[in-house]
Amino acid sequence: MTDTDSFRQEARDWLEANCPESMRHPYRNEADACWGGRNFEFQSEDQKNWLERMAAKGWTVPTWPVRYGGGGLDGAQAKILREELFRINARPPLESFGISMLGPPLMKFGSGELKQQHLPLIARGEIRWAQGYSEPNAGSDLASLQMRADDMGDHFIVNGSKIWTSYGDQSDWMFCLVRTDFAAKKHEGISFVMFDMATEGVSTRPIKLISGKSPFTETLLENVRVEKDQVIGNINDGWTIAKYLLTHEREMIGGSGASRSGSLAVSKVAADALGTDDGILSDTVLRADIARFEMDERCLALTMERARDEVKAGVSLGATASMFKYYGTELNKRRYELLMSISGSNALAWEGVTNQDTALAKSWLRSKANSIEGGTSEIQLNIVAKHLLGLPG
Amino acid sequence: MPLVLNEEQLMLKDSARDFLNSRAPVGHLRSLRDSNNMEGFSRELWFEIAEMGWPAMLVPQQYGGLEYGYTGMGIVLEECGRTLTPGPLLCTALMGAAAIVKAGSDEQCENILPGIAGGERLLALACDESPRHAPHKVDTSAEIDGRSYRINGRKVNVADGHFADTFLVSAKTLGGVSLFLVPSDAGGVTVESYRVLDTHFAANVSFDQVQVTDQHLLGPLNGGIKILDYILDVARAGASAELLGIAQEVFERTIQYLKERKQFGVPIGSFQALQHRAAHLFSEIEMCKSLLIKVMQTLDEKADGDAELVSLTKSKLGETAHLATTEAVQMHGGIGMTDEFDIGFFLKRCRILENLYGDHYYHLDRFARQRNY
Repeated sequence: MTDTDSFRQEARDWLEANCPESMRHPYRNEADACWGGRNFEFQSEDQKNWLERMAAKGWTVPTWPVRYGGGGLDGAQAKILREELFRINARPPLESFGISMLGPPLMKFGSGELKQQHLPLIARGEIRWAQGYSEPNAGSDLASLQMRADDMGDHFIVNGSKIWTSYGDQSDWMFCLVRTDFAAKKHEGISFVMFDMATEGVSTRPIKLISGKSPFTETLLENVRVEKDQVIGNINDGWTIAKYLLTHEREMIGGSGASRSGSLAVSKVAADALGTDDGILSDTVLRADIARFEMDERCLALTMERARDEVKAGVSLGATASMFKYYGTELNKRRYELLMSISGSNALAWEGVTNQDTALAKSWLRSKANSIEGGTSEIQLNIVAKHLLGLPG
Repeated sequence: MPLVLNEEQLMLKDSARDFLNSRAPVGHLRSLRDSNNMEGFSRELWFEIAEMGWPAMLVPQQYGGLEYGYTGMGIVLEECGRTLTPGPLLCTALMGAAAIVKAGSDEQCENILPGIAGGERLLALACDESPRHAPHKVDTSAEIDGRSYRINGRKVNVADGHFADTFLVSAKTLGGVSLFLVPSDAGGVTVESYRVLDTHFAANVSFDQVQVTDQHLLGPLNGGIKILDYILDVARAGASAELLGIAQEVFERTIQYLKERKQFGVPIGSFQALQHRAAHLFSEIEMCKSLLIKVMQTLDEKADGDAELVSLTKSKLGETAHLATTEAVQMHGGIGMTDEFDIGFFLKRCRILENLYGDHYYHLDRFARQRNY
């Protein structure tokens, strides 16, 4: 038996013994996702156990070093673990911006003390993180941000407002871009800081969206004290870290366009809803659009696989995160447009009906944000044009 | 298998590119056209190519081949797409060889494969009978007469049909469809060749009481459809490789032009309207690269191929190369419309390959059927 075979067997046995049965189904709705943090209310004992067992094993962050709460797995082992989780349809034990967004730059740019302070808490799901990037007047032009941090010696006093903070009202800590040098060029006066959102002067205000939900807040900082030892990297060098983080964020969002475990193929949904004649979907025009979509979905999945293989082989093109973000989010919007069309008027119900799915309309509306958040599709195309194609301007 | 080329394959790619750039760049195709060459390719060049072993790539070693596989063949076809190098690589070295290796008797293998590997034999697939690809619609018939068959019917748009020494012909037999290897000089075979829009040639081929024996049968009697589907899938993957070469080449030429051409005092590539279209096209071409390497690896690994993946590949490559060539003409503006400039050759060749063995509509439908909807 090879090492990989024995690791597969070990992972399979462990998951068999430790993954509760109820955690072996796709999410039914958003409430099934476990976000952890100080105030998280677990939906069930199983959900709590699943997180705690995976965290104890280090498998909420399988490739992180063991000393930071990770599993210490190499790439091949992590892939096997993903396959084994996929095989039993296991839910993610933890959804976390700490893992997907803050983790990579903290690991790369943070001091040993900062890593030891924050990474294990992220790995165990004990602290839930929010992202403080966009401001009311700094969206696509993020580097023009104006949140002000005044140097008080051993700490900063921060004033200003952030917007589009995902789950800001449910988060414990924030990683945040602030302006520490107002005289410098816009990219050169930014610092990357972290603070506890329970600090005096921090408040959040939910933003109600077209979906009727409020997953985002505006976050206001009024004379908030931020310790200087909570700066990642050098003061005024935050833009480097900000961009590095955005790359990871874009990869995460872009990946949402690839076909996902547990979700039914769009063509299957259509065949169930509309029926087939002689094996051909009854609405032939819709069928063509579905086929185009499913082709592109497979293309994206294969290209993500190729990109991973190229990184392993050391021949990566690099800087493809913008392409994946663009392609993946546009694809995910198409998915929801097709699902809406397949369901016709059934998809238009909002509330007050029984036996009818009112979640689809909300998900469709939510999907419109995919190509805006984390940098709009237009910004991604700008980045591809300038950095991959070398076009001027 | 990782979706990357290994060292050896990368070397093959480099050497193919060097050879084609020096011996058969787009100007080679242009000079064949301008000298009114009625074969549409250079036999001299083809023998040079044969010496490098390209037509031997799919031929087993016992028949004088290299047994190098589909991934390697995909690499050289992609490079031929970049230079628009005309020749029998697709129809003979890829499709013809795959057909004989897959379904040929020992005797057929011995008779044909060494000749393919050496560059002497030239094959063509005569399957379509109507202008739009419909390989399962077969009216051509092969009536059984003792140990021989009499073939009657007409095939259209036979790529390389004007110079092939042997046709692979699909024909109705009593219990289904069968494939025959018909010599082009057999009595009753009439070849009407014509030039197509990319300066290549094709032929309509008529069969009038053409007599063949069961030695000419390729694969089992009445078992032709399954083999035909496989042969076509191999050819579709090959055409997709050429399309990928075309798409990349015109895209790179267009990006270069966007950096050089100035209007309003600045390079036109600084305009966001053009940047976004270029960036979108870049993304689509990246998708296509993944498909191509995957489809060739799959042909190497799975004896029956993967119809769904092939149709996805042919459809996506057809659409993307189409977008790349039409955007290339538009972004080059007036100069892109001139014969003197090469871009038009890519637009034309792309149109031919898009149509060959099923355009993107055909394969969209076939993809959906493979997924049972």
